[in-house]
Order: sequence, then C-alpha cells, then structure tokens
Amino acid sequence: MLHIKNLHAGIEEKGILRGINLEVKAGEVHAIMGPNGSGKSTLSSVIAGKEEYEVTDGEIFLNGENIEELGPEERAHEGVFLSFQYPVEIPGVSVTNFVKTAINETRKAKGLEDMPASEMLKKIREKAELLEIDRRFLSRSLNEGFSGGEKKRNEIFQMAMLEPKLAILDETDSGLDIDALRIVANGVNKLRSKDNAVIVITHYQRLLDYIVPDFVHVLHNGKIVKSGTKELALELEEKGYDWIKQEATI
Amino acid sequence: MELKDKLLSSFMVFEDRVNHQSKNINEIRNTAIKNFQQKGFPTKKDEDWKYTSLNALLKHDYTISPQQESAIEFKDVKKYFIHDIDTYKIVFIDGKYSSFLSETTHDGIDVCLMSSALNKPKYKIIMDSYYNKAAKADHSLTSLNTAFASEGAYIHIPRNKVVEKPIQIVHFSTGNETSVMLQPRNLIVVDENSHVQIIERHQSLTSNVVLTNSVTEVFANKRAIVDYYKIQNDNQEASLIDNTFISQKQSSNVSVHTFSFGGKLIRNNLQFFQRGERIDSTMKGITIIGDKQHVDHNTLVHHIEPNCESHQDYKGIFGDRSTGVFNGKVVVEKEAQKTNAFQANNNILVDDKATINTKPQLEIFADDVKCSHGCTIGQLDKDALFYLRSRGIPEKEAKALLMYAFANNVLESVKINAIKTRINKLIAQKLGVNLGFDL
Repeated sequence: MLHIKNLHAGIEEKGILRGINLEVKAGEVHAIMGPNGSGKSTLSSVIAGKEEYEVTDGEIFLNGENIEELGPEERAHEGVFLSFQYPVEIPGVSVTNFVKTAINETRKAKGLEDMPASEMLKKIREKAELLEIDRRFLSRSLNEGFSGGEKKRNEIFQMAMLEPKLAILDETDSGLDIDALRIVANGVNKLRSKDNAVIVITHYQRLLDYIVPDFVHVLHNGKIVKSGTKELALELEEKGYDWIKQEATI
Repeated sequence: MELKDKLLSSFMVFEDRVNHQSKNINEIRNTAIKNFQQKGFPTKKDEDWKYTSLNALLKHDYTISPQQESAIEFKDVKKYFIHDIDTYKIVFIDGKYSSFLSETTHDGIDVCLMSSALNKPKYKIIMDSYYNKAAKADHSLTSLNTAFASEGAYIHIPRNKVVEKPIQIVHFSTGNETSVMLQPRNLIVVDENSHVQIIERHQSLTSNVVLTNSVTEVFANKRAIVDYYKIQNDNQEASLIDNTFISQKQSSNVSVHTFSFGGKLIRNNLQFFQRGERIDSTMKGITIIGDKQHVDHNTLVHHIEPNCESHQDYKGIFGDRSTGVFNGKVVVEKEAQKTNAFQANNNILVDDKATINTKPQLEIFADDVKCSHGCTIGQLDKDALFYLRSRGIPEKEAKALLMYAFANNVLESVKINAIKTRINKLIAQKLGVNLGFDL
C-alpha cells in the first residue's frame, strides 16, 4: 500500500527527515513513536502532501504509484487520510455540510455523481452512532468551540465517512480522556479491514492498548532507528526514549 | 464641458422645473448648490479621499436627468429582489418611479415616494422636521444630491408599529443613455417604538456607465429599531457613492449591513449621530472584490450622549488588483461617558497586487469609556488550507470555504433569513465555487 524509500524532507532549507524507509501493507497497523522533535508530524504531513515541506530526496509510493506530484486533495482522492493534531475551525460551515463536500469532491474527482442524499444521511447516522456523536453536534460549525476531545472524535468521524485506504492518525490520543480514547479507538478498530492500513503516530503507548499495532517504529532525528512489534512500545513506555537515543548514536 | 460646470448649468433648468415646491425646500436646494459650487468634487487632496480618486469617473459625459421611460419585465429583474419573502417595494428605473414593479402603501405607514413628499402639503410637517436635517451640509457630494434631489424612497413609520414586511428600495439603470448620473434621495423616519427593515440595492442592467450619488437619511426616534441592508453587487461600469446619515434618539437601535461584491467604484459614507442615551449603533460589512474594483468604507460614529454603544465589524477579501479602503472614525464627546465603542476591520489579500488601506481614527474626549479598535491584514492560513485539501477539497473550493469562514460572523447579526441565504449565494458566486450546499 505505502512504500517510502529513503525519504529526505525539510522546511526552508532545514532537513527534518533524513532517510526514512517504511513499508505498510494492506491490513496492517503501524505505530510510529518517538520523542518530541523527532519528525513524527513532519512525516505525516509529507505523506499527506503539505506543500510547505520540500522533499529533497527519496520517494513515496502509494499502491505502486509515485505520489510526489500529487497535491493534498489528489492524495486524499487516492485514499490517504490524515487526522490532524490541531484541526482547523470553520465558522458557518456545519460538520454535515463539510463532510458532504469532502465526500462529493472525492467522488467528483473519480467521475462519480454526488452521493444520493438518502444514502449520505444513512451513512452519517451510522458513523455518528459508531462514534457516539449526537445529531446536534453534526449541525454545529466545524470545530468551532469544540473541546479537544470533540475535535478528535470529529476527525475520526470524518475518517469513517471518507473510508480511506491509508489513515494516518497524528497524535489522536492527545487531549483525550479515557472514555473518549476508548470511543475513538473503538471507531478506528471497527473501520479496520484487510484492504486498508493505519499509521498511528503517538508519543505515548496508551493509545496502543486500544489500537493494537502489528509493527512499532521508533523515529529519532528524522530516521527510523528501531522497528519491532507491539512489545517495543511497552519497552519504550517503561524505559523512555533515552536508551534508543544512546543506541542510535552508537 | 466639465461635469461640475454641466451640473451647475443644469441646475438652473432644474430649478425652474421645481420652483413650485415649498419655500423651505427651494432654500435648501439653493444653499446646497452654492456649497457644491464652492467645494466641487472631492479630490485626493482631501484627507477623507486620499485613497479614492473620482477623476476617472468624472470624465464621462453624463446625462443628468434621463427622460426616456423604460419598461422592464419583472421576470427579467426578479433575481435582483429578495423575492422569496413578502416585501414592500419601491422601484426606480433610471431615476423614475416604476409603479409597475413597486408595491407601496399608505395603510398605517407611508412607504412611498420622495417626489410626493417634496410636492404634497400632507408631508410638509415631516419634511420640515426631518428633510436634510441629518445630511452633512458641508459635504460637497451630499450637497450636490440635495440640490438635484427629486426622487427616491420616502418612508414614515408612525409610533408603535412593527412593520412585518421588509421594504426593498431598488434603483435600476438601463442602457437608454450611454452614461447616466443618478441622484436618488431617501428619507426614512421611524417614530417611537416602531420597527422597520430595509433592503437597498442599485443595479445597472447594461454595461453602460452609471454614476450614482445617493443620499439616505434615517431618523430613529425613541426605542425605534431599524435594520438596514445594502446589497452592492453591480456590474463593472457602475459606480456608487452612498451617503447615509443616521440620527438616533434615546434607546434606539440601528444596524446597517453593507455587502459590497461588485461595481467599478463604491464609496460608502456612513455616519451615525447618537442624540440620546442608551443608543445602540451597529455597522457591519463584507467586501469581496477582484479585478480592478475599488471599495471604500468611510464611517463615522458620533457619540454625543452618555451610556451608548457602537459596534463596527468590517471584513474584506481583495483579489487581483482590487483596492480597498477602510476609514473608521469614532468621536466620543466629553459628555458621552460610559460609551462602549468597538471597531474591527479585518482583511485578506488574496493576490499580491491587491491593496487595502485601513485607518481607524479615535477622538475621545470623555474619560470613562471603553473603546477598542483593531485592524488586520493577512493572507489565507496555509495550515487551514492544507487541512481542507487533505480532506479531498480542491484548492479553489478550500480557499472559498476559508474566506467564507473568515467573513461569516458578519452574517450572524443579519435578522432576515432570506437575506442570509441570498448573501451566502452571492458569496459562493463571487468566489466562483459550487460546494454542493448553500453556504
């Protein structure tokens, strides 16, 4: 599904990612962990196509296709979804209308007609129920005045609506209390299938108790310095990141 | 012949035609034309006109009083009305009243014509008390209008009336003359405890040159509520100088929303005078322009008495080589203690060649007041744009959504839903997007 080869990227001459190699196959869940400033959020932004970052070397393939030239919306149309750490407030545009627009723009890009209103409504109900979101919430302006937890839940709701092939959850656990974390994780798990993949980016192990990864990678100084299975996450939780840093310098 | 000279010589002919009107009105006209003669058109040397030049507009050979009657079918101009709600309508074509398109009334309220008010004795008491009393006497363009004023809307709402239907004042111009100058004059008097909503629009129906120099006086007496909406979405050759003067009495509440989406040059002179305590004055605007369009908001709130409020919020989005001006003056007199005055002007420049000049002016002579002002000029937020695009929304639509979100809070205070819907549609149209839902 996703194949990243020797990716170097940065912003305004400053290198942040220094040779990332990563392969994510359909059906897998990968966790990317690492200390602050290790390049976790940069990696997710670069995969999603944020134009402020410059890719200086390496390639990103999505389903065998090099996506370097694709804008963020085109990557979304190809099935990439990034759940933001800090979602943006859009006053005057309701959650429902925003999601409708996102879905129909993606359909338009694929040469499909707009989704029929009844189908849309049914889907909205179904996914809202999955994430324990009530109807009043859906008519509120997107992210405006939402609590941290509401914003994150709304991100996963959008993900559920858009049904991406590759979902990247950037620090989705931050700002969530334990109940919200459970609901969000439950939503993500219900959406998992053999055809899609999830990358969970997190600082802490907590979320991985709920969304259990197949692989865990540790990012440090813009490189993946260690990869393993879910046990690695537990080890990191116990020992912190220092030993990884030391190991990396040796 | 220069436009000024042409106007002055036309005045003599005009004066003969209207000299049967009351002595009072004739005196007002004579004083006004003298003032215009002395001052002439404003130039960039005038501080208030530093960023707006009328030079290009004044070069045309305008017809000053178009004679030919034009007929317009309602179906052809329906889209310029707020037509999905029941309203009174006062409609003019090239400055002449169109009874066919209008729906006026004398049933408990007067929603009719300035020409009647100027000529008929039954309006004399109101005219003597209010006409030209709020308009700035030393203001040359207002004087020019006063000298030639012969038609427009006359609205008088006696006390204790809530007018259920909004009143639309629509001025059409047609292609009968290659270039035409129009000078509509509106008077709106709202007596104690009454409530009225007004929608005003100027619309050219051809690509001929039009210059409108409009004057509107609004009087809100004790506890009156007036909500005024100006929709400015004219075509590329139409220019508008809108001079609106609002005089408020104790506990009255007046709001003016100005939506400026089109026209060659628009200048809004909007002035509020608070003549009583506990007055609330609101002026809000959304400006979205492109090409080489120019929109200038020149506002004044004069806080004369204590315990009053004013709220200003203007949002501007400027594309291409368009230019915007915001000049907002707030004067708080020494007696006007406990004044709350807020002013905000936020702008987005979409293109490098677009310009905005924004200047707040506060003159505060009282010591116990709350006054705040702030102006910002920025670009669209890149992170926000990335967020929307990452959800599959193309760049153009994503930008449109962000611009809409930026301007949105101005719409919150719009009390007529049909106007909100219409403005949303115009915004989507102006931004060139179809989002699949009405913004």
